[in-house]
Amino acid sequence: MSAATIFGLCAAVIVGLGLYGLIVNPQPLRKIVAFNLRVFLLFGVVARKGAAAGFGGDPVPQAMVITGVVVAFSATALAVGLLLRLFAAGGLATLEPDAPTRAGTEHADS
Amino acid sequence: MTIASALEMALAAVVLGMAIWTVVARDSFAAVVGFVAYGLLLALVWVRLDAVDVALVEAAISGGLGGVLLLGAAARTAAAESRPPAEHPAVRAAAALLAAAVAAALAATVFLLPDPAPTLAPAAAANAASTGLGNPVTNVLMAFRAMDTLLEKVVLLLALVGLWSLARDRFWGGHPGPRHRADPHGTLAFLARLLPPIGVVVGVYVLWAGANHPGGAFQGGTILAAMWLLALMAGLTDTPAISSRRLRLVLVAGPSVFLAVGLGGLCFGAAFLAYPAAYAKPLIVGIEIAMTLTIAATLGLLLAGAPERSAE
Repeated sequence: MSAATIFGLCAAVIVGLGLYGLIVNPQPLRKIVAFNLRVFLLFGVVARKGAAAGFGGDPVPQAMVITGVVVAFSATALAVGLLLRLFAAGGLATLEPDAPTRAGTEHADS
Repeated sequence: MTIASALEMALAAVVLGMAIWTVVARDSFAAVVGFVAYGLLLALVWVRLDAVDVALVEAAISGGLGGVLLLGAAARTAAAESRPPAEHPAVRAAAALLAAAVAAALAATVFLLPDPAPTLAPAAAANAASTGLGNPVTNVLMAFRAMDTLLEKVVLLLALVGLWSLARDRFWGGHPGPRHRADPHGTLAFLARLLPPIGVVVGVYVLWAGANHPGGAFQGGTILAAMWLLALMAGLTDTPAISSRRLRLVLVAGPSVFLAVGLGGLCFGAAFLAYPAAYAKPLIVGIEIAMTLTIAATLGLLLAGAPERSAE
């Protein structure tokens, strides 16, 4: 088996794991982490298969992955910011709609 | 089976093991630590796939800054983290089925990929002379698909604006994140004095080398951001108030220079973001230098979080 095939199968399983973690983990931080397992490795496999013209891989999917990683990081930072704000406002990092909140003192100015 | 192939299988197995750990670990902190290890191992996978540029980004983001971001969040919410009851077993089973089906479909796709694969590598090689850069990935990022990169930088900035907008009203314009304090004679403070001079040189080198070798503005900017964060966490410096005009100028410098050059291409050249061949390399390097500053500042502030202290 070539490196591309081995890591291609690995990437397929990672996507499945991330999806599973995103659905079943109740804590929001765990959902963010599961989401960050990411699909980009599949693009890397496509890039490797497109090796030609003396390059080890097709540079176009590789550049797309770099752009994708940056955008995914921005989204993660925003998601973590939202989570910390939720925590500051309610004292609990949870997505439960009727979770008990810490005393309402924080709400006045928020 | 060759030794290289056995090595790749072992690497894939360890990566999968770490991915499973991040999903099933009971403790959030342990899961995030697993994620950092996963990111670093994934960087090795990218090297094996001959994508060293991507490996640098992966190590810097998943193993480095992303790890710091998630570890910080895990530490700050750990005390009060509720352990809500796990999803209903039926939901878990359905999710497992769905995830297995998606994974199986993707695995089948990997085997069905066309051979020989369609590739733009020859086109990238044929047009490399038009920019004078030797690194094909930098060529794609900065010239052939420059629009993607421009929009990516705008997304980074939008994420930062989104993060800032989470501040309480009275802290608007203030300093992001808590003020870090560390033992001034401790290891952290020592490393925060020792490493940044070296790290800044390495970051600038990675930016410069990106023209012809793996590296580039984003990788270099990440290293600079890491050095800034080290000094912040050791309490040697403080985050600037977000109302600071100088800070805002740095934040928009990269996209503005990029946009200005792009519009220049529209006025004097063939199209938006078309570089005149004679000046392509200096223009691209100029954009990259401005972008590196912006990236370093944006990434550092994304990790620092929403403003939490008012500007004195």
